[in-house]
Amino acid sequence: MPTFSDLLKAHYETKPNKVCVTILQGGQPDRPVTYRELVHGAAGYITTFTKNGIQPGDVILLILQHGIDMLYAYFGAILHGAIPSIMPFLTEKLLPERYRADLAALVSVTQPTSIITYRDFETEVRAALKPGQDSVKAVIVSDQVDGPCLPDFPSFGGLQRKPEDIVLLQHSSGTTGLQKGVALSHQAVINQLNDYGKAIRLNDSDVFVSWLPLYHDMGLIACWLMPILLGYPLVIMSPFEWIRAPYRLLQAVSRYKGTLSWLPNFTYIFCAQKIRQRDLEGVDLSSWRSISNCSEPMRWEAHQTFYERFRELGLRYEALTTCYAMAENVFAVTQGGIDAPVIFEDIDQESLQVDRVARPRKGYRPAIRMLGAGKSIPNTSVSILNTEGDPLPDRHVGEVALKSNCMLVGYYHRPDATEKAFINGWYLTGDYGYLVDGELYITGRKKDLIIVGGKNIYPQDLELLAYEVPGVHAGRASAFGIFNETTGTEDVVIVAEVESSDPAQQQKISDGIRATVTRGSAVALRYVHLVGKHWLVKTSSGKTARSANREKFLKEMQEKGQEF
Amino acid sequence: MDGNEMRDILASYLAKDVMKQPNRVIQPDEALLTSGLIDSFHLVDLALFVEDNFGVHIDDSELNASTFDNLSGLIALIQSRQ
Repeated sequence: MPTFSDLLKAHYETKPNKVCVTILQGGQPDRPVTYRELVHGAAGYITTFTKNGIQPGDVILLILQHGIDMLYAYFGAILHGAIPSIMPFLTEKLLPERYRADLAALVSVTQPTSIITYRDFETEVRAALKPGQDSVKAVIVSDQVDGPCLPDFPSFGGLQRKPEDIVLLQHSSGTTGLQKGVALSHQAVINQLNDYGKAIRLNDSDVFVSWLPLYHDMGLIACWLMPILLGYPLVIMSPFEWIRAPYRLLQAVSRYKGTLSWLPNFTYIFCAQKIRQRDLEGVDLSSWRSISNCSEPMRWEAHQTFYERFRELGLRYEALTTCYAMAENVFAVTQGGIDAPVIFEDIDQESLQVDRVARPRKGYRPAIRMLGAGKSIPNTSVSILNTEGDPLPDRHVGEVALKSNCMLVGYYHRPDATEKAFINGWYLTGDYGYLVDGELYITGRKKDLIIVGGKNIYPQDLELLAYEVPGVHAGRASAFGIFNETTGTEDVVIVAEVESSDPAQQQKISDGIRATVTRGSAVALRYVHLVGKHWLVKTSSGKTARSANREKFLKEMQEKGQEF
Repeated sequence: MDGNEMRDILASYLAKDVMKQPNRVIQPDEALLTSGLIDSFHLVDLALFVEDNFGVHIDDSELNASTFDNLSGLIALIQSRQ
């Protein structure tokens, strides 16, 4: 079994002139990078790591945007034998002090020995550190890093690593997510890439095109490590630029004859609604063979909207595929739509919600259209378990559980969290679903997690922010997500109990919650709903019962005639 | 169209379509981007709205707080291009 460094070295030696990554940067010419440049740039970073006393096995935090620095730094860390971990960049709306608190929390759990960032951002990073007290020995500024140089492979720590060693960490955002880093080994990632590659029928004409963030598993695994390590061309743009100019994704697919992309559900609607015709002149999407809907609830309607808008540009319906993925399984669990179009079925709503059995619709009874997430990839077994952990028959809804040879090593420095995640050797995903002849359908979520635009948000982090607002007491707020059909993703709602019934006072509290949560987290809070004492439903242990509060909120809104 | 009229049209659009709070009053100097009132999902919508209603193109590279962060700044940008 090779390691990441073995694969990189082989590409460098066998096809040094092959362009592995093309970086698109708004307003500048596209930047192609060959394997030779990649390894030489990475070797420059290794010189700097060595000078700073960074050892193989150390964690290195990367706080960089998409670009050449990220590419060299990431693979420099890999070839050095260190463990790279990408931290999201500060956004305009996020309060710097909140970002510092998140960074300090990440440092305290993952114990990195260095952080790489830009000169402009160095002060921000240093403000989060406690020199002499925390693990960080060096803050490395990208413009001070040693320049590209010839690699001295025998001296690289990366080539001494074993397949079972941890190769990287991957986190989701917020205090909770940052403290639960998914640690992956070389062999887990390579097992995933090989088997997922088979599932999507990777071939020599494939070109990956992506706008996805690299701190997320979909961007990091499917649209960074898979093409670079397996030797397929990748075209990337930054999420920061894409969200302001979504047409660039389609232009890139056309220009580079892109074949593969992964997109969260909202993107299909976002692109269909917000791209001007003038930005699509001459665009040809006929090369796209698989656009996997992944990382948030996937909807048939999103596929239809996208197809109807872009079919005239050569988009093929068969190119709309689905994927169910989980960072703990490295990435993909299932893939649908590769050999035949994605499956969907209309399920009797009452049967699904009351009996928790997915029975096909009969006559004109209310139904829910379910999009199949596909069958499990070769190395992963999927089972649907009841609350006792026993497997359920086809069409019965239960918790989705996994077994594979690409599981996480553990949550980094969190054996407590790792232990809780497994039952009898099965990893519990926290998602509800059912199987039909091996096809997996995801119906909902057991875990209290909000997913906005593919980004995982922990509600407890948002509630803690709400408690900071004067007039809101600890334990008296509940945060949850509600699917918005118009945007194709979830809207975040907070219900908070307040004592005051004065409208001016309530407006002040409501504005305060909205501002504090929006500026303190990775999402914008959409709805604040203030209620009187004793409104919130609590569990027997006194914690807020989020799903029950969500149901209660939806019922009240329905009675008021407000739609979501 | 004068600045006041422009401000009313923009404020009403932001309150109703972006913030989903039709009665919300937006002050001319109230931060829009750095406060998160307009999040990144809505930046393109705003650029399209400005182009459709005022005939002014805002480039995607300008959709950030260093170009405008409140209604006054946005109106000044629009007027400078009309």
